[in-house]
Amino acid sequence: MSSQAELDKVIRSEYEAGFTTLVESDTLPPGLNEDIIRVISAKKEEPEWMLEWRLEAYRHWQEMPEPGWAHLNYPPVDYNSISYYSAPKSMEDRPQSLDEVDPELLETYKKLGIPLHEQEMLAGVAVDMVFDSVSVATTFKAKLAEAGVIFCSISEAIREHPELVRKYLGTVVPKGDNFFAGLNSAVFTDGSFVYIPKGVRCPMELSTYFRINEANTGQFERTLIIADEGSYVSYLEGCTAPQRDENQLHAAVVELVALPGAEIKYSTVQNWYPGDENGKGGIFNFVTKRGVAHDNAKISWTQVETGSAITWKYPSVVLRGDNSVGEFYSVALTRHAQQADTGTKMIHLGKNTKSTIVSKGISAGRSNNSYRGLVRMGPRAENARNFTQCDSLLLGDTCGAHTFPYIESKHPSATIEHEATTSKVSDDQLFLCRQRGIDPEKAISMIVNGFCKEVFKELPMEFAVEAGKLLEVSLEGAVG
Amino acid sequence: MLEIRDLHAAVGGKAILKGLNLTVKPGEVHAIMGPNGSGKSTLANVLAGRDNYEITGGEALFEGKSLADLEPEERAQLGLFLAFQYPVEIPGVSNMEFLKAALEATRKAQGKEEWDSVTLLRKAREACKQVNLDAQFLKRGVNEGFSGGEKKRNEIMQMLLMEPKLALLDETDSGLDIDALQTVARGVNSLRGPERGIVLVTHYQRLLDYIVPDHVHVLSNGRIIKSGGKELALELEDKGYGWLTGEEGESA
Ligand SMILES: Nc1ncnc2c1ncn2[C@@H]1O[C@H](COP(=O)(O)OP(=O)(O)OP(=O)(O)O)[C@@H](O)[C@H]1O
Ligand SMILES: [Mg+2]
Repeated sequence: MSSQAELDKVIRSEYEAGFTTLVESDTLPPGLNEDIIRVISAKKEEPEWMLEWRLEAYRHWQEMPEPGWAHLNYPPVDYNSISYYSAPKSMEDRPQSLDEVDPELLETYKKLGIPLHEQEMLAGVAVDMVFDSVSVATTFKAKLAEAGVIFCSISEAIREHPELVRKYLGTVVPKGDNFFAGLNSAVFTDGSFVYIPKGVRCPMELSTYFRINEANTGQFERTLIIADEGSYVSYLEGCTAPQRDENQLHAAVVELVALPGAEIKYSTVQNWYPGDENGKGGIFNFVTKRGVAHDNAKISWTQVETGSAITWKYPSVVLRGDNSVGEFYSVALTRHAQQADTGTKMIHLGKNTKSTIVSKGISAGRSNNSYRGLVRMGPRAENARNFTQCDSLLLGDTCGAHTFPYIESKHPSATIEHEATTSKVSDDQLFLCRQRGIDPEKAISMIVNGFCKEVFKELPMEFAVEAGKLLEVSLEGAVG
Repeated sequence: MLEIRDLHAAVGGKAILKGLNLTVKPGEVHAIMGPNGSGKSTLANVLAGRDNYEITGGEALFEGKSLADLEPEERAQLGLFLAFQYPVEIPGVSNMEFLKAALEATRKAQGKEEWDSVTLLRKAREACKQVNLDAQFLKRGVNEGFSGGEKKRNEIMQMLLMEPKLALLDETDSGLDIDALQTVARGVNSLRGPERGIVLVTHYQRLLDYIVPDHVHVLSNGRIIKSGGKELALELEDKGYGWLTGEEGESA
């Protein structure tokens, strides 16, 4: 009679059954301790050294205070109320069709012009795996293998390429680097791994997009990209469509290693749920992204950020080798009650190192948008050069833009240039557009796109078009 | 096509136009002259619908519709074009992109066929040529770093493409060298036709040598105080405004 009671009993007993059952279950109970980490590691069938690495990170993390210096305001996160592992939803648990998906999300997909089957994929609809992107992904893999490129999930890499992972993991962002990186090191569940062999130019742009249906990207993502000597890779993270996501806290770590003469171009479009007008329900995004550039190597970060309730993110480059180059191009748009504290760090260690920072902040609504950048010229950084340009654009009178540039120079021959501007979309500009028949929303998005042009031109072509459309959608209703 | 009756308007709360009357019929070219600060640009901005330019009395009808009821973009879509006295820069938005958005919006509203990008580019190049602007200007940001004269020619280039019913040109001649003046005049004349009205705001008779007006009006202190034919401009050139504005004593 009471099949429900039966079911409840089974579920309960699973929790009581201890470790082995935990490993088999889909979602771990909330809370964080060494056992939880052991379970995660066991679930991923990781070698012993990996588990040890995680445990060390966890022990260190427990001693660390949460950073309080950013220009952000958020309620304290209870790290024991989070579940640190959940498997991808099974087909039965997912929405069975787009009819069951939040109409607002669908509306956005439509505006972005996303094809139907991709909408289904993004919204997590249970669909037959035989759709275009799968076959795309397959041909794509064959081509990469031919070039000797390794592109897989980090879990797979830990099992299949332990020598590479062990050699580089945590060398760019050490386990104890900062509070959020420490947490990530202890509990990361998945992410991407890329290795480009010596002298190879990766035959295509690598995109997380192709991995979307095979990986549970999760809230503690870990990415490691290694470009061996003289190689080149362009990596695209994310997708312009807002993804369904139930995790409030995201703390990812991305490590880039550009060996001598290599070049890594890393582009991100981030569009997580920013929350409603009052910031309710949005995602907290605390990311550590850093790259090390060896002799004659180049690392370039390009990002377009419109999502998250709170963003704390400073993609950085350590210019370790002589003649290495670091670049940071960023567009951050905040609206409603969003808060963003982003920027970069360029750490010049080698001689003749060169860095460029172009940051464009756009604020609307009651949002706050801060740029925080550090340029450090080390004692060996002879003839090092930096150029920084920070522009802020305000839409309306209730938002804020802030710049916090930090400069430390330990070498007399280093040159550092900094330019900063703050402007408003002027009534004159808006009137010119309207006088030519263009409606105000379109006009604003055109003006904002123009403001971002220097950054957009750094994005791969297709991404740039999408980023433009994304801004347009994000700005809807920002006029007035 | 344009009927202005007893128009009163204020800018930021200050009364500037004080009972202005003007009628423009299809095919006519009107010149408006008058001292600095008399309200010429105000008139143009009121007609185009700029924020803070408020109609406080009377009416302005364009194609039978009351302009006060229309948003600026709706007026533009109906075929009203304003060439600005001080064209503003829009950094990073290319001229071409801007033209595309403008033409898409207006041509659609006017039921004209849409131009594909190839046609648009060809037309835009032709228009550039007509005002003697290098086609490179299409790639640059709207007015971004343009010289004064280039900005003015850029306005005319836009006008040629948009083929408005009524064109208001606010001191398009000022800041142009003599050759450019003739180029611009030729451009404007090419647009002259039985369907179109043109209102030129200018300080100089010289422009009117090239674009011969049907009517000339003198605007002073928010009102048209004298109207006449093209010879009025010559007379003004000769005598200035004093004899009209009464600075040499009130006269009847
Ligand atoms: N925002 C404003 N607030 C107050 N007064 C204004 C404002 N804008 C314009 N005015 C005033 O309105 C009057 C008319 O200005 P307008 O620009 O129409 O003159 P104009 O005839 O075009 O002059 P010019 O020949 O110098 O171009 C001027 O006295 C000017 O100072
Ligand atoms: Mg004027």
